Order: sequence, then structure tokens, then C-alpha cells
Amino acid sequence: MKVLSSLALLALVLLSGPALAVIETYQFSSPELEQRYQLLSSELRCPKCQNQNIADSNSPIAQDLRKLLYQQLEAGANDEEILDFMVARYGEFVRYRPRFGGATAALWLAPGLLLLAGIVVAAVALRGRRERASGGTTLSAEEEQRLRDLLDKTEKDS
Amino acid sequence: MAPRLKLFLPLILFAGMAAFLFRGLSLDPQALPSALIDQPLPEFTLPLLGEERTIDRAGVIGQVALLNVWATWCASCRVEHPYLVQIAASGVPIYGLNYKDEDAAAGRWLTELGNPYRANIADREGSLGVNLGVYGAPETYLLDAGGVIRYRHVGVVDQRVWETILQPKYQQLLSAGGSGG
Repeated sequence: MKVLSSLALLALVLLSGPALAVIETYQFSSPELEQRYQLLSSELRCPKCQNQNIADSNSPIAQDLRKLLYQQLEAGANDEEILDFMVARYGEFVRYRPRFGGATAALWLAPGLLLLAGIVVAAVALRGRRERASGGTTLSAEEEQRLRDLLDKTEKDS
Repeated sequence: MAPRLKLFLPLILFAGMAAFLFRGLSLDPQALPSALIDQPLPEFTLPLLGEERTIDRAGVIGQVALLNVWATWCASCRVEHPYLVQIAASGVPIYGLNYKDEDAAAGRWLTELGNPYRANIADREGSLGVNLGVYGAPETYLLDAGGVIRYRHVGVVDQRVWETILQPKYQQLLSAGGSGG
């Protein structure tokens, strides 16, 4: 019973995180706008606190950017326009999913290239091992003859 | 010989990795490159600090100058302030962007600590701040004579920053302007 109640308490604490994160609330004219607000504010990175998105951060700049985001959404800007506005001021850094190209190409391509490199290394290593293993068990005709002679000899000895 | 060399491969990889990571230790992750480098200073019309009169972009540009983003709520601004007074006294034009602050408090600050600024833009809502990509104070922008942003320094301007980073760039812009460039 005690375990259950402490688990419930833990769940409550974990669930209340998002509620604590944002102080101000905005009244949206449509639920669709609110949904886009949630999406964009979780995808825009806070320039001051760096490892938080602007939805989670309570730094003054994150508050400003949330306000701007709200104003632009209500003014009818589309996602692309809003992201362009942010990137023009804070750089690609402000997006958690930066556009492909230039300096961000390395970011996007590195995981794939590293995976490919890993596969190549693994393939080469495995093939080397298989060759060594198979090379070790096949005997040449000469060696087989020698082996038979040795076995014959030991049988005669015993 | 070749298989022998192959044994050193992990060591070589390790050395490369170590060099890469060691370099990372001395980088400042807080220092973001400004998206506005080599872009013109954004247009604005804002009140002068503590006054009804307004100042716009044309009131700031025209010579190589520093634009310093500051506020009374910013502790590091107090640290850099005496040094700004010193730089201003040596003849460097500094404009102030009083960022999301109260005019009265900012006015008191300037009377108490000295005023290094040619003029102070009162950006009470932080609107110019957002257009500049300001994300905290202090920040210092280096403008060329044509009003183009050439450099941004995030954090305190002290003697080391001024002498090793800002002053060389400032002098370079001055001499570029002098030769008609």
C-alpha cells in the first residue's frame, strides 16, 4: 500500500513537470493555432539556455520568443515564415531540426556516414575472421598424407 | 611490417579523438555566432532613454562605433561599465541599447557610474533586441561606418576582450574607411 501511494506520488511529480514549465498562458482564437504553438515552441531552442526549448525555458528571452510566436501565429503567419523570422535573427542554432545545407550538412549526414563506416569495418573484420577460420581447417594433399602417416605410426606404437 | 603498423591503429585513433575533444574543452558553448554578421543594423525608431524624443537607425550610424546592449538588472553590465567609460574616454564612439529596463533606474545608473554613451536607445519591450538577435546582456556590436554589423561580442567587455578582439577589428574598420574602402 505504501509502495503504491509513493508510486502515485512519483507519477504526480513527473506529470506536473510540463505544467510548471510555462508560466504565462495565451488565449488562441482556434485550437489549431494552439497546436501549432505547442509544436513550434517545442521545436525552437532557447538561445540563452541552449539545452532547452522555448516551451520549457523560463528565461526572459524564451518568454519574449513565446510572445512573438503567439503574435505571429495570431497574425496568420505560416510555420515556414515564423521559422525564417527566428533563423534570420538567431541563426540555424535556434532550431532543433535545422535546415539541411552548409554547416548543418555535417550534422545531418554524420550519423548515416558513421553507421556506414561501422558496417564496412564490421564486414571487413568478419570476412577476415572467416577466411582465417576456413584457411586453418583445410589441409593440402601433402599435409593430409603426413597426418595419415603420423596417425598410422601412433596406432602401430600403441 | 604492415601488420605491425596496424597494431598502432587504435593508438592513432585515440590520439585523433583526444585532440578533437581537447579542442572542445577550450570552446565556449555559450558564444553563438550572430546571424547578423555583415548584415545592416535593423531599422528602428525608439525613444531616447528618459526622453520623449526618438532616435532611429540614421542617428546611430555614420561612423565606426560600438553598440552596447545593457540593463540595470544585468550584473555583468555593472562589471563592464567602468571599462566602457574608459574606452569612451579614449575617443571610441559607444551607443547604448538599454534593453528591457526602466528608464528611471537606467538614468540613476548613468548618473552614479558615469555615462560612456553618445546616446542611449530605450528598448523597453526588447523589440530591437529581438531584431538584433540579442539573447542576454551584455552584448556588444561593432558597426562599420555604413551601419553594417561586423562583429558581436557576447559577455563582458574588459581589457583583454577589448585589446585582443574588439580593438584590432575597430582599428581595421577605421583604416578601411580612411582609404575609401
